[in-house]
Amino acid sequence: MPRATSDAKLLIQSLTKAYAATPTNLKIIDLYVICAVATALMQVAYMGLVGSFPFNSFLSGVLSCIGTAVLAVCLRIQVNKDNKEFKDLPPERAFADFILCNLVLHLVIMNFLG
Amino acid sequence: MAGRRPAPAAFLILVLTAAFASISSAVRPVSDAHRSAASELFAPSADGSFGDLESTYEAVRTFQILGLDRYKSVTGKACEFAAEKLASPASSSAKDLFHAVRISGVLGCSVDAGVYDVVVARLKAVIKDTNSLLEFYYSVGGLLSIKEQGHNIVLSDAESTFHAIKALSQSDGRWRYDTNSAESSTFAAGIALEALAGVVSLADAEVDPSMIGVVKSDIVKLFDTIKSYDDGTFYFDEKPVDATEYKGPVMTSASVVRGVTAFTAVASGKLNIPGEKILGLAKFFLGIGLPGSAKDCFNQIESLSFLENNRVFVPLILSLPSKVFSLTSKDQLKVEVTTVFGSAAPPLKVNLVQVLGSDSKVITSDNKELQFDRDNNVHYLDIAPLKIDVGKYSLVFEISLQEPDHETVYATGGKNTENVFITGLIKVDKAEIGISDNDAGATESVQKLDLSKDTKVSLSANHLQKLRLSFQLTTPLGHTFKPHQVFLKLKHESKVEHLFVVPGSARQFKLVLDFLGLVEKFYYLSGRYELEFAVGDAAMENSFLRPLGHLELDLPEAPEKAPRPPAQAVDPFSKFGPKAEISHIFRSPEKRPPKELSLAFTGLTLLPFIGFLIGLMHLGVNMKNFPSLPGPAAFASLFHAGIGAVLLLYVLFWLKLDLFTTLKYLGFLSVFLVFVGHRTLSYLSSASTKQKTA
Repeated sequence: MPRATSDAKLLIQSLTKAYAATPTNLKIIDLYVICAVATALMQVAYMGLVGSFPFNSFLSGVLSCIGTAVLAVCLRIQVNKDNKEFKDLPPERAFADFILCNLVLHLVIMNFLG
Repeated sequence: MAGRRPAPAAFLILVLTAAFASISSAVRPVSDAHRSAASELFAPSADGSFGDLESTYEAVRTFQILGLDRYKSVTGKACEFAAEKLASPASSSAKDLFHAVRISGVLGCSVDAGVYDVVVARLKAVIKDTNSLLEFYYSVGGLLSIKEQGHNIVLSDAESTFHAIKALSQSDGRWRYDTNSAESSTFAAGIALEALAGVVSLADAEVDPSMIGVVKSDIVKLFDTIKSYDDGTFYFDEKPVDATEYKGPVMTSASVVRGVTAFTAVASGKLNIPGEKILGLAKFFLGIGLPGSAKDCFNQIESLSFLENNRVFVPLILSLPSKVFSLTSKDQLKVEVTTVFGSAAPPLKVNLVQVLGSDSKVITSDNKELQFDRDNNVHYLDIAPLKIDVGKYSLVFEISLQEPDHETVYATGGKNTENVFITGLIKVDKAEIGISDNDAGATESVQKLDLSKDTKVSLSANHLQKLRLSFQLTTPLGHTFKPHQVFLKLKHESKVEHLFVVPGSARQFKLVLDFLGLVEKFYYLSGRYELEFAVGDAAMENSFLRPLGHLELDLPEAPEKAPRPPAQAVDPFSKFGPKAEISHIFRSPEKRPPKELSLAFTGLTLLPFIGFLIGLMHLGVNMKNFPSLPGPAAFASLFHAGIGAVLLLYVLFWLKLDLFTTLKYLGFLSVFLVFVGHRTLSYLSSASTKQKTA
């Protein structure tokens, strides 16, 4: 229906305008999350093509991407100035947590990779 | 009178034979068999030597006694060996000189008189200084051997040497080795007697006869320690004190024989030892048979050569060239009486006084004299007139010397018992085989078996019938014969066998197989059974194993719980031979994708990362917040370097490290990273708060 499509176009336009207002560091984090998920989807597509023979490798690859995406989302929540809950948490502290958790995640991933 | 005389004699003989019932001697005098055994045992090594001096002496002396030409070829080497030792008497021991001198004596090596003079002086010095029995023995023996080779030697002060050796004797006739040792030994006694005999021969003046008398009584006491077996064999042995010192009965007895024969040769008068002990010693050495070691061979042959003609008693050995006599070929009983080396004995008579069967049952006690065949030196007798049937017997012989003064010179041992076999053809007759019904008892079909012909019977029976086999066994003299083995064997087609012993009575042998009772034993196997008939005995010349034919047996069906026949022997090659090759089934490997596809997707996976970098550029990422001051800047770079190092460690972990090494390095790195990161981030946070407040 023409009104629906124009409504959708209006909606998308407003969303992109609002998004442009977000601070840069949050945008970096969002980009990071999107790339991680894209990498995971690539791996799933490959598995779909050739079968899941070294299943442990597939799992560790996918989980590494998903895990790091999750940690990045946590970081975004904590760093976001508009989030009242984490007002007192310095962003450097959140970043340090992010780094630490990522290193532990990747140690486990590397062990499972085989 | 003639009737009364045999009665007490028979009683005496009965008592004696009861005592000697188990005696049997299986000795034969020294023969070519001993000579070939000696050649083999004393084979020289590759360079022509026999080992040390003692072994060389033993070898050449044995060859000399047996008359083997063999030793002529090793003469040169042995003479050289001996001459080496004789050339430097000061450095050689008395033992080496002793053996070297004796080797030269046996082989007739030519030795300079000057060399021997030095040796004599050395040996005389040893005699003067020593008080050890062995040293006396070696030095006196060496001097004696040199004297026998033609040099004039006189032992001055022989009486004191005699006394010194005699002082080592003990009250039981044995000798100690020297004044310090407490143990006395029979072997040492033999050595001492030989040494004393040597001293007497070498003495310039006659030795005190009373001393010689004392030594003679010592010898008699020594012979009281002799040991014996039941069959009249006597030997010397001593308790092993030390495993290395134990000489064994052969060596000990040989030493005593050497000593006693040597001493009695130089001493006058007779020695008070019973002849049976000397004969027993001879039987001991002959009873060794063909010896297994070179030392045993030497001791055996040398002792026998000394016993062959000695001044105590010369033993005469009774032996049978053959112990099996056949009635069929009308063999004669042949007996030889010789010295230990097989030489002719003095005139004598041999009587067969008794024949004993199994269980020492007396068969006949007639005293039959054996006739003497002078040309072959053998006593013989026809056994057919004795009417002895086939079987195993003990023959008791008595030897009587024809000249009365030979009684003190020769030892015959009185009664000698020998075990012999008398064999003959056993007749099998009235052989019948047949099948009979159970109840009736009347034989349905009886066939006469003629075992001389090759006919085969063909019988058939069922489980309600019986098989009967009967026959008679007769000896050449017409008596019933009970052989060791009399079997009937039934063999099924499947190779299962059953063996039955045929019981025999006084009149005949009869076997009845009642199949009704044997059904289980036969494992319910019906079918064709081959019949085999076996009769055998040691005294039977025509033992046989004859197939009789076959029997078709019809047995009922086996019930469920019936025992299975035992598994038959499998051909070992099929059981233990190589088995079929096993082809293992492996899990088929997973299908891997083609390499190009994998590489393509690797590239595709890296694509989002590139997209990330491009996006960052779009957003205008910069490094403005990087600390400019050198201190914090260093920490910041170390922070990034630390993270990079951890990631590199992970890559190495994936490639080749193991978890524990990784964790170890990670521990160090993380401590570093935490420190550095803390510094960096706290600097950054303080910088941003300053910015906010400012």
